[in-house]
Amino acid sequence: MHQLLGLILKRLGFGAITLLVISVIVFSAVEFLPGDLAQQVLGQSATEETVAAFRRELGLDQPSVTRYFIWLADVAHGDFGNSLANGQAVSGLIAQRFANTLFLAGYAAAIAVPIALILGVLAALTRRSLFDRLINILSLGAISMPEFFIAYIMVTLFALKFGWFSPLANVTPEMPLGTRLWATLLPALTLNLVVVAHMMRMTRASILSPMASPYIEMADLKGITPLRVVIRHALPNALAPIINVVALTLAYLVVGVVIVEVVFVYPGLGQLMVDSVAKRDMTVVQACCLIFALTYILLNLTADILAIATNPRLLHPK
Amino acid sequence: MKLSRRTALQLGGAAVGVSLLGLKPASAEPKKGGHFRLALSDANTSASMDPATFVAQFDQIGLRSTVYNTLTEVTATGEIIPELAESYEASPDAKVWTFRLRKGVQFHNGKELVADDVVASINHHRGGDSKSGAKAIVDPIVDLRAEDPYTVVFELDSGNADFPFVVNDYHLVIMQAKDGKADWQSGIGTGGYILKKWEAGVRVELERSPTYFKEGRAHFDQITIIAIADAAARQAALIAGEVDAINRVDLKTAHLLARNPGVVLEETSGTAHFAIPMHCNTAPFNDVNVRLALKYAIDRQAIVDTILLGHGTVGNDNPIAPANRYFDANLEQRVYDPDRARFHLKEAGLDTLSVKLSASDAAFAGALDTAVLYREHAAAAGIDIEVVQEPADGYWSNVWLKKPFAMSTWGGRPTEDGMFSLAYAAGAPWNESFWDNARFNELLLTARAELDEAKRREMYGEMQALVRDDGGTVIPAYQNFVDARSANLAREDAIGGNWDMDGFMAVERWWFA
Repeated sequence: MHQLLGLILKRLGFGAITLLVISVIVFSAVEFLPGDLAQQVLGQSATEETVAAFRRELGLDQPSVTRYFIWLADVAHGDFGNSLANGQAVSGLIAQRFANTLFLAGYAAAIAVPIALILGVLAALTRRSLFDRLINILSLGAISMPEFFIAYIMVTLFALKFGWFSPLANVTPEMPLGTRLWATLLPALTLNLVVVAHMMRMTRASILSPMASPYIEMADLKGITPLRVVIRHALPNALAPIINVVALTLAYLVVGVVIVEVVFVYPGLGQLMVDSVAKRDMTVVQACCLIFALTYILLNLTADILAIATNPRLLHPK
Repeated sequence: MKLSRRTALQLGGAAVGVSLLGLKPASAEPKKGGHFRLALSDANTSASMDPATFVAQFDQIGLRSTVYNTLTEVTATGEIIPELAESYEASPDAKVWTFRLRKGVQFHNGKELVADDVVASINHHRGGDSKSGAKAIVDPIVDLRAEDPYTVVFELDSGNADFPFVVNDYHLVIMQAKDGKADWQSGIGTGGYILKKWEAGVRVELERSPTYFKEGRAHFDQITIIAIADAAARQAALIAGEVDAINRVDLKTAHLLARNPGVVLEETSGTAHFAIPMHCNTAPFNDVNVRLALKYAIDRQAIVDTILLGHGTVGNDNPIAPANRYFDANLEQRVYDPDRARFHLKEAGLDTLSVKLSASDAAFAGALDTAVLYREHAAAAGIDIEVVQEPADGYWSNVWLKKPFAMSTWGGRPTEDGMFSLAYAAGAPWNESFWDNARFNELLLTARAELDEAKRREMYGEMQALVRDDGGTVIPAYQNFVDARSANLAREDAIGGNWDMDGFMAVERWWFA
């Protein structure tokens, strides 16, 4: 157990270094983009004078290295600063949106993960049957379609044709949970169609690989039912890769859903980040990127810990 | 009263008579009430509430047309009338303008509007530290002062007969003065609606102001404006009844949307146009014959049919639109004529011409396709246009005004002077073609200060001909605004064409039938 704790601490340390490196990369990437905030905000109506005044007000006339270290010093004190574009506190801008993003990701995952695991196990049990082929084809078909296309089909069918749902999922903080779950069901289902295939196929493949091993043959010969063979004997040995793909999928649900956000007008973090990059709003871009990076780091860490925790051989190394 | 069939018929006849007399039938009388939900594209989540940085329709409609007023108002038929001002007058040389404010106008916090508020609001855009998009517009103001609590005097560096239009600019909203500075942070204005919630680029919630000074305006009890960037999602929201109106209908599916009986398309032709400026100070565009060759080498009708799908009209290399007051209808329409283009190339001493055209859909939706079409049209005249696809991101700062031949677009301005001094006057920061025509520049100043209608018309006519024949901008098409609303909304007969959504004023002028 001590080893596990040490591992967590070590990984968290590496995570902090990763975040620092990411902040440098993001900062330089935005610096390399042509044009700065003053020009982007004023757009076609920019003149040299107004751009210069804008830069002076925001301190954009200082060298970029200076600006980076000022920002870093503030962050070290827990202050993510204000949005350069509209002067609001970054934490305030992001908090609600990040909560929304997490809500949608969690909601989608709560549906997708059980479905994927159950379908994967069933597919493994009935391998090469009609059922196995059918769900493989369907899930591969769903993943092959671009997500905005799936989203439009969902809207056309369920919102416009049948009128069961609203085409908008523009939730507000005051919305009661039930209404919110109903309002976000279409985007959650859209995301499901995109992510289930990965997890389902990984579950199926991971279960099938030990199925040829002698201990499964033994279990089979003992005469226990195929379902029990899979659940008791095959699944525990197949958990590590499944946990990994689930973690990756969860990370994707948090950081990669901007298109679904746009189609359903969901107020998540993705749209804010895209707008901020377009406006070169460095403080907001940095905060979004760090949150996304942290999501990946923490989910990967969780996946590794769970993979070790579910594998006694790794938990008690000789 | 019990209605017999006969009295009903008589009443019916009377009603017909009334409407034939030109009086509005009862159903067209504005009604108060209802919750108006409007979905807009053109929003930015990093937008600020500061009017100096208003740039998206979300800010222009969500704050300017609801929370705030300006000194003057452009009516649906394009006339200028006083808004927060009660009246205004100019000195004979149009250099000094005196605005008398309406008395008893209240800000949403109960404070009365006085001249100091106006001074602070306009000063917000002036001075060396201004980052305002309206700085160029207010630069000619040399001095402004509050003569008394209800009188503001503007002194301009040169006469401007259109000054009442200038102060209608969407940046120049009147805020309350706080320690001599305009207070935009509080979101308190004099407009028909009180700001309840502002989430930049996401949602605005507004409530009717009980103390609004205008009669027969601002009919809705509540307004919610949400941003929907995706055209398909916007249309789906309207069809599903989630919103009552949307801007910028996707032209490709507009005819399908119009089939829906619950939806009305609102199409207006205003001053918005596509522009393809050539830098007149850069070879080969410094030769007027090269410019003319390129102007004759584009098939405008094909652009209107293919890019705008009919939702527009052909341009005439003239930024003044039929919707403008002094539009010269006698100016001959330039048509696609490859032979004429070849002729002008010869005049320029050239057999063939090879130019690069920078394009991106950041300029306007369909700019890239327009450039490709232009390339095909020009090929017939022996002109080789190489279309350079520029990144959409940063287009206005890195390509526009920098590349000698590039795509651009203008929402247009209500006045000839506004459009010309913005983008055609020598030395103007946005003179996108770097055109410098002595006669034009001279006329611009004279016409600006001229208060005599007929003389102005003549001068603006000559200027339109100059721009068309000597200028450096190809103007292939005027673009219609295509919005859509639910059929249970009503509006007056006239609809503003100066901007989207009834000149941005649907929030104030429309009502639920």
